[in-house]
Amino acid sequence: MRFMSIVTSSQPPAPPTPQLLEAVHKLADREIKAGRMLDSGGLMPVSTGAQVRIADGKVSVIDGPFVESKEMIGGYAIFELRDKEEAVALAVEFMQLHKEHMPGWEGTCEVRAYAMPHWDGVCEVDARARA
Amino acid sequence: MRCLTGTACARSMRAPAHEPSIEQARSAVMTVAEIDRTILAVWRIEQPRLLTGLSRMLRDVPLAEDLAQETLVAALEHWPMSGVPEKPGAWLMAVAKRRALDHLRRRKMLAEKHDVIARDMAQEQQAMPDLESALDDDIGDEWLRLIFTACHPLLSREARAALALRMICGLTTEEIARAFLVPEATVAQRIVRAKRTLSESGLAYETPRGEQLLERLASVLKVVYLIFNEGYTAARGEDWLRPQLCNEALRMGRVLTQIAPQEGEAHGLLALMELNASRAAARTDRAGDPILLMDQNRARWDQLQIRRGMLALSRARELGGAGFYVLQAAIVACHAQARKPEETDWRRIAGLYADLAGLVASPVIELNRAVAVAMAEGPGAGLAMVDRLTHEPVLKTYHLLPCVRGDLLQRLGRHEEARAAFEAAAALAGNQREQQLMRRRAAEAGAAMSSWPAAESSTPQR
Repeated sequence: MRFMSIVTSSQPPAPPTPQLLEAVHKLADREIKAGRMLDSGGLMPVSTGAQVRIADGKVSVIDGPFVESKEMIGGYAIFELRDKEEAVALAVEFMQLHKEHMPGWEGTCEVRAYAMPHWDGVCEVDARARA
Repeated sequence: MRCLTGTACARSMRAPAHEPSIEQARSAVMTVAEIDRTILAVWRIEQPRLLTGLSRMLRDVPLAEDLAQETLVAALEHWPMSGVPEKPGAWLMAVAKRRALDHLRRRKMLAEKHDVIARDMAQEQQAMPDLESALDDDIGDEWLRLIFTACHPLLSREARAALALRMICGLTTEEIARAFLVPEATVAQRIVRAKRTLSESGLAYETPRGEQLLERLASVLKVVYLIFNEGYTAARGEDWLRPQLCNEALRMGRVLTQIAPQEGEAHGLLALMELNASRAAARTDRAGDPILLMDQNRARWDQLQIRRGMLALSRARELGGAGFYVLQAAIVACHAQARKPEETDWRRIAGLYADLAGLVASPVIELNRAVAVAMAEGPGAGLAMVDRLTHEPVLKTYHLLPCVRGDLLQRLGRHEEARAAFEAAAALAGNQREQQLMRRRAAEAGAAMSSWPAAESSTPQR
């Protein structure tokens, strides 16, 4: 199963402490080596972004920052895992690092499974698969 | 709110204070099952580090594996009561280290009794603090050593697969048994026997070098490939753990390319697995019936996985890889890159099969080459090749030979022969689903025969 973990926070963006950076890199390195983490990335503050919205039948573009946004996405990671329990365990470990190395920071790591069309893995009748 | 560390869950099901008991806790089935799943998830994440750490301490993989399992049992006993600790990895490592130290102490005492010079306990103690940081710095070498041990050529193929799944992926014996459709006792016995073989062989716990490395790596890749194929050919409706084997194999492939980044064939195998797995969602219809490669909805192919596969393939090529897995991956890549079936570069595929046939003399590869040649040059050219293969002993009971033959005959408008070929294929097909498919194609050929020549114009000759 593929999961995306999305980190959000309602606090003003603050650069991570060097200790947190180091700890998170170590975790990411372990997860890449273990073949579980497929991709990850951090996002720039919303002030550098924009939103394209549909409201009242109209499409409009609004440049950041967005006063009404409460939770802002700071980063994400994509994992290939056995089950939701693994995804949660990894998110807990990730957030523990924040608690330890960036005191005072508050936020959420949301774990979401990818929508996959009936992934069952049946063999197609394909000579190549057995060659 | 859902508890993350498990403490709240544990509180709600805590056994009476005077006698905490797992049995009592188990009466709250759902909650305990949930906690067990959490524990197993944490275990799978932490297990390679534990196992490599223990192996380094003890220089004995089978013993390290025993102690790692004991550590899991300790977690399964304690965590439902206490909740999952804040740092589960550190908890497991501490318990594992304590057990290893106990073991070393016992061994030392025993050795002293026999007047043998034992390793200096103080030195052992001193080495401990370094253990974790050393592992964090580079778990790679240690892990590689472990994988080489699990996939040692001394062990049977089945034992290698079981040990690899257990030691690299952290699967339980029961899970391995379910995945391979064999009784749990069989797997347990395989593992015990394999560990005994390893212990008795007195193998040095080291990374092979030079020529030996290539040989041993080939053994590892073979195990991973075997596990992948076991999952890839699993039918729908069976235990979900079978298709899951594909993911475990993929993970092992990714691990190998991370810890042995200079090995072209490791990247090649990873590419092959990623590219084949990228079609997982498109390989069957809603009823679970197989969909042929050429008929698949390519929008359902997993583009992230295809990109990863292509990346692995180009790394393999950069490293000069042109072996068994790299060539197969290159063939699958031709399909992955074709946005529509008619964009498939069959000439290139035929050429790659010729390269593959030069590497491994196999009638099955020749059969595949015939299919590619038929697509590139027309059914007549392919049929000539297939007909040369009909007397190959290996293919006598291989249903895909008459299947391919039937397909080519059909395209040549030789419907009666095509029907006979599909019927022969149905008689040889191993599983029911393929039998049904072959019978359906025989019936189609029969129908084309009776409505001939009207139907022929609707059968494009490629």
